[in-house]
Amino acid sequence: MKPKNQRLVLVSVAIVAVLAAVLLAMWGLKDKAAYFYTPADIAAGKAVTGRTMRLGGMVEQHSLQRDPDGVTVRFIVTDGKARLPVTYRGITPDLFREGSGVVAEGQLQSGQFVASTILAKHDERYMPPELGNLAAEHKAGKTLEK
Amino acid sequence: MIAEAGLAALWLAAGLAAFQFILMIGALRSEVGLVRPMRSIAVVQGVLTAIAFAMLVLVFATTDLSVALVYENSHSAKPFIYKVAGTWGNHEGSMLLWVTILAAAGACLALFSRRTSEQTLVAALGSQAVLALGFYAFLLIASNPFARLKRPALEGLGLNPLLQDPGLAFHPPTLYIGYVGLSIAFSLAVGALLTDQVDNKLAQAMRPWVLAAWIFLTLGITAGSYWAYYELGWGGFWFWDPVENASLMPWLAATALLHSINVLAARGALKAWTMMLAVIAFSMSMVGTFLVRSGVLTSVHAFAIDPERGTFLLALLAIYVGAAFVLFALRGATLKEGAPFELVSRETGLVINNLLLSVILGIVFVGTLYPLFVEAVSGGKLSVGAPYFDAVAGPLALVLAVLVGVGPLLSWRRERRPVFKQLTIPGLLGVTALVITFIVAPMIAILPRLGMTVAAYLLAASILPLVGRNPLRAPLATWGMVIAHFGIAVSLAGMAMNAAFTEERLGVARPGDRLNVGPWTVEFADVTPTAGKNWTALEAKLRATRGQGLVILNPQTRFYSDPPTETNEAAIETFWNGQLYTVIGKSDENGGWQLRLWWKPFVTLIWAGGALIGLGGALALIGRLWRLRRRRRESAGWRQERYA
Repeated sequence: MKPKNQRLVLVSVAIVAVLAAVLLAMWGLKDKAAYFYTPADIAAGKAVTGRTMRLGGMVEQHSLQRDPDGVTVRFIVTDGKARLPVTYRGITPDLFREGSGVVAEGQLQSGQFVASTILAKHDERYMPPELGNLAAEHKAGKTLEK
Repeated sequence: MIAEAGLAALWLAAGLAAFQFILMIGALRSEVGLVRPMRSIAVVQGVLTAIAFAMLVLVFATTDLSVALVYENSHSAKPFIYKVAGTWGNHEGSMLLWVTILAAAGACLALFSRRTSEQTLVAALGSQAVLALGFYAFLLIASNPFARLKRPALEGLGLNPLLQDPGLAFHPPTLYIGYVGLSIAFSLAVGALLTDQVDNKLAQAMRPWVLAAWIFLTLGITAGSYWAYYELGWGGFWFWDPVENASLMPWLAATALLHSINVLAARGALKAWTMMLAVIAFSMSMVGTFLVRSGVLTSVHAFAIDPERGTFLLALLAIYVGAAFVLFALRGATLKEGAPFELVSRETGLVINNLLLSVILGIVFVGTLYPLFVEAVSGGKLSVGAPYFDAVAGPLALVLAVLVGVGPLLSWRRERRPVFKQLTIPGLLGVTALVITFIVAPMIAILPRLGMTVAAYLLAASILPLVGRNPLRAPLATWGMVIAHFGIAVSLAGMAMNAAFTEERLGVARPGDRLNVGPWTVEFADVTPTAGKNWTALEAKLRATRGQGLVILNPQTRFYSDPPTETNEAAIETFWNGQLYTVIGKSDENGGWQLRLWWKPFVTLIWAGGALIGLGGALALIGRLWRLRRRRRESAGWRQERYA
């Protein structure tokens, strides 16, 4: 092969590879990305049942229960507008408690959110950004009500 | 005084970097020999930055609470090692470490670079200085680590307990040396493009630097993975967290560069492509720094959220990457074509390696940035995690692992021998492994099954370059390649077996209760309080046995007071065939304790493989440097003879 043709071939192969990467990524993102919803979004029917998603909100006061098996917890996540029951089997993070913010990853199954992972604040100074906005809205809403 | 001295050193270093930039422009315009002053200034700049960094370590070591950064991130009751390591356990300190390594890289280039032409070296040192200048500006304007409080505080706020671990002392510096070490490849590429001297000499000069940075990156990622594994208590070794991806992306680009640079060094081909990879590799480091340090992501790595800093970093990123690409577009097209090669040749093998690595890099890049993109465009929030990366990048990585066994067997330019015959035994091993997985574990997922198949094949195939010759006479670089490729097989085997055979048990136990996980019976003995220097803890005592022998494990839940935080300390016991991983959770009103137990067969192979990959890189580096030195000696000897 002549050097010039060879370069042409290499350049076209590289372009094809880049396109392939982008197409593959788009295909993967289409059904593998986990969207973030609040209980209000889910009440409004925005989420699809059976797809992995993230749910964010506050753990409602006095809603936390533990099943007799000792490792399954049930609680209600609220964003002030809607409430959604959540079940989770596992050890909850250290800063997971009633009245604090939580992000749960899992699936919606017959009106319940079955969480596979629970993310809570890392420490007292840290809060996930999704929740940060939510808390701000929450406060703003409250002051308006007042 | 110490803090002020550090700040002054930083300002001086920034001034010198600006001066270097001016010198570089002068050198490019007129052909004056400026290489000597350029070298000396780069070294002085490196020393000044090192002094600034040492001053910051000093104020942290002595817990000087009049410095704002110390007040915000340290505490007098912290163990000494975390006081020192805490220097880079915060935004400003870690950025100073970043710049220190950047300046040190420039100084090393100035001190040790012998094979680059003088014009290219001046331009490369200038480019390195410009890079440093931007980050000096970032530190001095937006993130001054030496700022004093108006009134000294009585006590500090403390360090995030997740960071109070020996891992903090090694993981960030190692990773940063890798990240920032790639700046040398970037600068050499920019220098060579500016002076129009992209050739095999440049590749030979660039190769050791890339290799060194890549070794640190490999070890840093491996160590970070193990740190997350034992410190988070989630039992996983890789979470596809954006911050992890931020370290993976430069590694993928550097791995591609490491391979394509061989084509340029040996055959003078793939000039433009190699230069582009050199630019991309360090650009990925900067993208990673932006992701981690700008506060657009929240994680244990994101220390502070400050939009001004994010914008500043984004601007720096845009300027540097943009300028490098413009330069590349202007000069890349005028590069001469390299030497031609046939379809079946080592060159083609390396091109395929590069394409696959680039595609994987693209997939990781898109997946990591997509959430930011969506949020910026539509305000929607989403996260991209393991399901995406496993499904899209996993199969490609397996294809790449298959080809890792083939590539090194091909010869340059044109392959005439029947190479594939050699692969019979590895191929048979792979098929045997596949059959065994179907017999032993018919139900496992397809990716782990194929992973074990490919791992079995590659364990044998990676050794083939040493077969049929006297292995002791093989060059050290060949040994390095073989060990690194063997390490890939080892790591892949660990990941696949961990994914396929891990057993998990979650339950509640009262003292005397027993839980089974895998081959183990774990008895919950009791819980006792215990304390460390700045924490108290509840420590469980677990007696584990599998038939014979008894192992005691002590997982804890720890309570730190400054800042008030609770953490889980997993207890992990390592055996030749796996790890027993235990975590204690919360107690209930009946005296029961939550326990989470994992039996993870051969999980340690993951990090052993990573260490082998790093070791292979180190051997290759030693081999290359040795050979360079010998050649230099020989040519020096030849010169002496001529003039004698």
